[in-house]
Amino acid sequence: MSPAQWDLPPELCCRPVAFVALTGLDVVYNAIHRAIWDAFCANRRADRVPISFKVLPGDNEYPKCRTKRTSYEWYIPKGILKTGWMNKHLNLVPALVVLFYELDWDDPQWKEKQSECATKVEIVRTSLQGRNTKVAVVLIQKKTPLPPGEDLVASERASALCGACDLSGKSLFVLPHTDHLVGYIIRSDFLFLNKHQFKMGFFSELKQDTQNALKYYRTAYSLVHELRAHETNMLEIKTMAGFINYKICRLCFQHNTPLDAIAQFRKHIDLCKKKIGSAELAFEHTAWMSKQFQSFGDLFDEAIKLGLTAIQTQNPGFYYQQAAYYAQERKQQVGQLCSHEPGVGYPAPDPLETTSGALDFYGQRPWRQGHQSIDPPDSEKEKQGILALQVKERDIPHSELIIALLSNAVAQFKKYKCPRMKSHLMVQMGEEYYHAKDYTKALKLLDYVMCDYRTERWWSLLTSILCTALKCSYLMGQVKDYITYSMELVGRASILPEEQKSRIEKNLIKVLMNEVPEPEPDCDPLSVKTAQSLWSDRISLAGSNEFTIEVQDYVPFVQCKAKFLSPSFHIDEPVQLHVYVRADCPHPVRFSKLCVSLSNQEYNQYCLLEDASKGKDILEPSTQENMCLVPGKTRKYCFKFVAKTEDVGKKIEITSVGLMLGRETARYVYLNWRGGWGDAASSHETLQACRSFKKRTRFPEQQVDWDTVTIQSSTMIISRVPKISVQLTHEPPALTNEMYCMIVTIQSGEDTVAKDIKLTAGLKPGQDANLTQSTQITLNGTEVCDDSHPALLPDIPLGDLHPGQKPLYIHCVSTGSRILLFHVAYSVSATVEGKDITCKCHKDETVTLETVVPYEVAMKFVSSKFEHLERVYVDIPFLLMMDILSASPWPIELVNSEVQLASSMNAIDQPQSQVEGVTLQTSECASECFLLKCPPVQNGTTFAGDHANIVIIVVIILAVNRHLPSYVLELPSFGRVRESLPVRYHLENRTGLVQDVEITVEPSDAFMFSGLKQVRMRILPGAEQEMLYNFYPLMAGYQVLPQLNINLLRFPNISNQLLRRFLPSRIFVKPQGRNGDTSIEAA
Amino acid sequence: MAVCIAVIAKENYPLYIRSVPTQGELKFHYTVHTSLDVVEEKISGVGKALADQRELYLGLLYPTEDYKVYGYMTNSKVKFVIVVDSSNTSLRDNEIRSMFRKLHNSFTDVMCNPFYNPGDPIQSKAFDSIVSTMMVQAF
Repeated sequence: MSPAQWDLPPELCCRPVAFVALTGLDVVYNAIHRAIWDAFCANRRADRVPISFKVLPGDNEYPKCRTKRTSYEWYIPKGILKTGWMNKHLNLVPALVVLFYELDWDDPQWKEKQSECATKVEIVRTSLQGRNTKVAVVLIQKKTPLPPGEDLVASERASALCGACDLSGKSLFVLPHTDHLVGYIIRSDFLFLNKHQFKMGFFSELKQDTQNALKYYRTAYSLVHELRAHETNMLEIKTMAGFINYKICRLCFQHNTPLDAIAQFRKHIDLCKKKIGSAELAFEHTAWMSKQFQSFGDLFDEAIKLGLTAIQTQNPGFYYQQAAYYAQERKQQVGQLCSHEPGVGYPAPDPLETTSGALDFYGQRPWRQGHQSIDPPDSEKEKQGILALQVKERDIPHSELIIALLSNAVAQFKKYKCPRMKSHLMVQMGEEYYHAKDYTKALKLLDYVMCDYRTERWWSLLTSILCTALKCSYLMGQVKDYITYSMELVGRASILPEEQKSRIEKNLIKVLMNEVPEPEPDCDPLSVKTAQSLWSDRISLAGSNEFTIEVQDYVPFVQCKAKFLSPSFHIDEPVQLHVYVRADCPHPVRFSKLCVSLSNQEYNQYCLLEDASKGKDILEPSTQENMCLVPGKTRKYCFKFVAKTEDVGKKIEITSVGLMLGRETARYVYLNWRGGWGDAASSHETLQACRSFKKRTRFPEQQVDWDTVTIQSSTMIISRVPKISVQLTHEPPALTNEMYCMIVTIQSGEDTVAKDIKLTAGLKPGQDANLTQSTQITLNGTEVCDDSHPALLPDIPLGDLHPGQKPLYIHCVSTGSRILLFHVAYSVSATVEGKDITCKCHKDETVTLETVVPYEVAMKFVSSKFEHLERVYVDIPFLLMMDILSASPWPIELVNSEVQLASSMNAIDQPQSQVEGVTLQTSECASECFLLKCPPVQNGTTFAGDHANIVIIVVIILAVNRHLPSYVLELPSFGRVRESLPVRYHLENRTGLVQDVEITVEPSDAFMFSGLKQVRMRILPGAEQEMLYNFYPLMAGYQVLPQLNINLLRFPNISNQLLRRFLPSRIFVKPQGRNGDTSIEAA
Repeated sequence: MAVCIAVIAKENYPLYIRSVPTQGELKFHYTVHTSLDVVEEKISGVGKALADQRELYLGLLYPTEDYKVYGYMTNSKVKFVIVVDSSNTSLRDNEIRSMFRKLHNSFTDVMCNPFYNPGDPIQSKAFDSIVSTMMVQAF
């Protein structure tokens, strides 16, 4: 039997469409006919009813119709469905025959043509021989017909033609050959369709009325299962059930009811699952089951392509997967049922041979077609038949079938986001390839999915995959793969029992010794033989005996952790590095080399542990022990080296740790830990270990708890600790503008000479930019800095160190705190581990300096009466008062002060500093006072004061009123009680205008007075007026004088107050003593 | 009754798997592993809706020809998977739920054990015996 035995017949799988035969068309020679034919066939779009057309000659031979039985009595059916039946109805027997005939209604030879047409119809009828096929006539006309009812000739002749051809009016069509050909044709499509709906039987029903067809199929399906099933017809029933099920599911998908389809399929499977049939041909059942699932998967997939949406848990993949399972089961059964003795050959004569070369009915045995009784007619024939089937089954490439199904499923699961399912199926595919002895493909697939299981830490699954992969690599003689898989299978990720691990490890050691390993168990003996010769070839093969395995992709049986002892090392101490190695294989294992690669490869030579006795057969016991890894024990290897001075400030990283297993003389493999530690499982283990409550059980001396070893894969080389001290002597705070002195004292504690000392001093970079501009540094304190001095003095060479001091001056123009940096760099030679190195050392010292204002100067203008002045007046002298308030925390000595006057102002006498040489303590205040006068015209004053070596320039703009009268009062310095006191007021008009003045004198309790109490007068420009009063004091003491009010009538705005400033308001009145009397008398 | 019960860590590696010894252990491991696809899809797809309901039971993950796989996820994203024989039609959804609840309670007890390091495989006699009561008894 061919492998296609289980395939569904193509006529079942195609979407059945009605078969319509067109006759009377000459598509080869007649252009009009060709156009009509093309219109029928060429442009069939989705909007048109699916029909298959065929042009046939009018006298075509159709399959003969057998005489139908009138009753089923005595009828013993030979089978259910004949094999040719579907094809017959799809392609041979038309549902409708359409006769095309060229005839216009007004044809001159109407009569003749009518009878010719009738004859043609008759010929077609005869050739159909009683089949229930409809016949229709199409008249091809050259003229456009008139609307129905108007053309009387046409309707008359039409009915005549119908009568002549024995047709109903509905079966006559007129096809005018005009531009609207396609439109007409579409219309006629529908009409044809209506005709063949009458066709009897469920099969024809299916042609387009799918709903009804479905109904028929469902009935048919249940009927099939009602058939009496026994061993002989089981296959036939299942075949039919499969066909009908297929049809039902197909229609359900077509009706967009996928759930119905799935339900039907489930029902179908549940019903048929147990109908195994003949036990000797059990594989037939599984093959059939597999096919059921596969074809359902195909249907499902097809529906999806047409727009159905599937979901993760319900997609074609599951059906393909199940199909693959059944295919696998079938293969197993074949293994059990078809493993005949070698002598048993294919039976002759061939019991599967039939006379026609094909079966009459689906699902029947070739050697007993049409047989319907329970017992086989001939048991010998039956035996031969079964044997023939078994022998044939043996030759079927099962693995291929399984792999095809699995790969179908993989494609589906990939689409529906099932990565794990996909991996699982790929594992199965790999295993199937392994069984099919295609080890390369098997290994490729297994290797591909292995890492998924490894990263998800499903060790049980990984172990099983690795075992298969190991077998593959063994059978192919792939050394590297063999070593890799062995290493993982021996290690902690493997769940293999100890004896298996032990076996694999022994094999691994053999491979490393360049020997042939023992074969893996359960391998195909033939393949093992090939493998053994492959391995022997490998021994003689020179080269390619070195392998490197990047550990981070695997979980090998050796673990490694490398760490620097400290995150940083000073240049003058050796860098120390520990490498911890541990094996978890069943037997101790010896390695021949351990090397650490660092980011600076020059150090690699110091981090190397090698077989000292290379080439020698016997090792020194010490080395032997040292390089032997005992399972479960952690070994520690210490390395140290002296860093190079160029590496100061640089990071040294462990780029990798390599461990060499095997011997250079034989075969060896490098395990390479990138970054010095960690394989595919380490990070999780580290996490678990640090969560663990199992805190550090005490380990005996020399043993380390693996989990407690932390990783330090990089270290920093830092400069030597300087043995010098940098001291800063100064007295904060600094004053603004002061040349602030800081003394830097550098003292060396080095054993040898500190050479090339360089000091960098100044403002620490990275502060406010304003500070940079307002800070100046110099070494010369004798002169004041200006902007040309930098804020940071770099690399002041101090030469070799002789303990000493360096004064430094800082000039801060603005207040606020600033950070100053003092950086001392020098080099010194040192000896580390017997190596002389020159170390560069440096020491930084920073200090925060507060700058404050040393003193504040406040100025004010007062009148000669020490009254506050807002304005000064021309020619009227005033006082400039200056207060100097010390804010400095220590005494300041005022060296000098000076008033620099603008030209608009004159000093009345020589202005001399009155505070010269005065020392001010904190918050003490010194004042001085200058008498000044503004000459007319000028209106500005500049004042400048100078103190010590700090200069402040203050500019004060004074507004001067220029046009006011001046008043002068002549008043004695004191009065005496009851003694007349003459007072004279002078009024002078200095303005250019005539002034009207009103003068009133207010009475006072302390005085009686005589004189004008209220007067109005007019003073000419430049003129002067005198007023004389005689005051008579009544009381002693400081007494308020009678107040003189002056109103300038022309300037009502000028305040009385302003004028009064110049007038004394009080006078001291002495009491009248006895002695005084005498003196008065004397006077 | 279940034919396989598994506890899967948040990171999707197995903390505990037990299956009936009569059938291939490996097959169940694969079944449980592949069911994680559906679990992941369920928790990512309906993350919001699920979080609101506080529903831990994930329902039937997927049916295979022979088995039904049910899922449950704790708030700490530890998953429980129960595999039931397809032929066992007597088991209702409610019973599966109560099995999961029992399992969850027992798992909580395991987690409360100060000597248990979360993330390590579960080796607890109490948990074992709870699982045993839910497994199909092998004869």
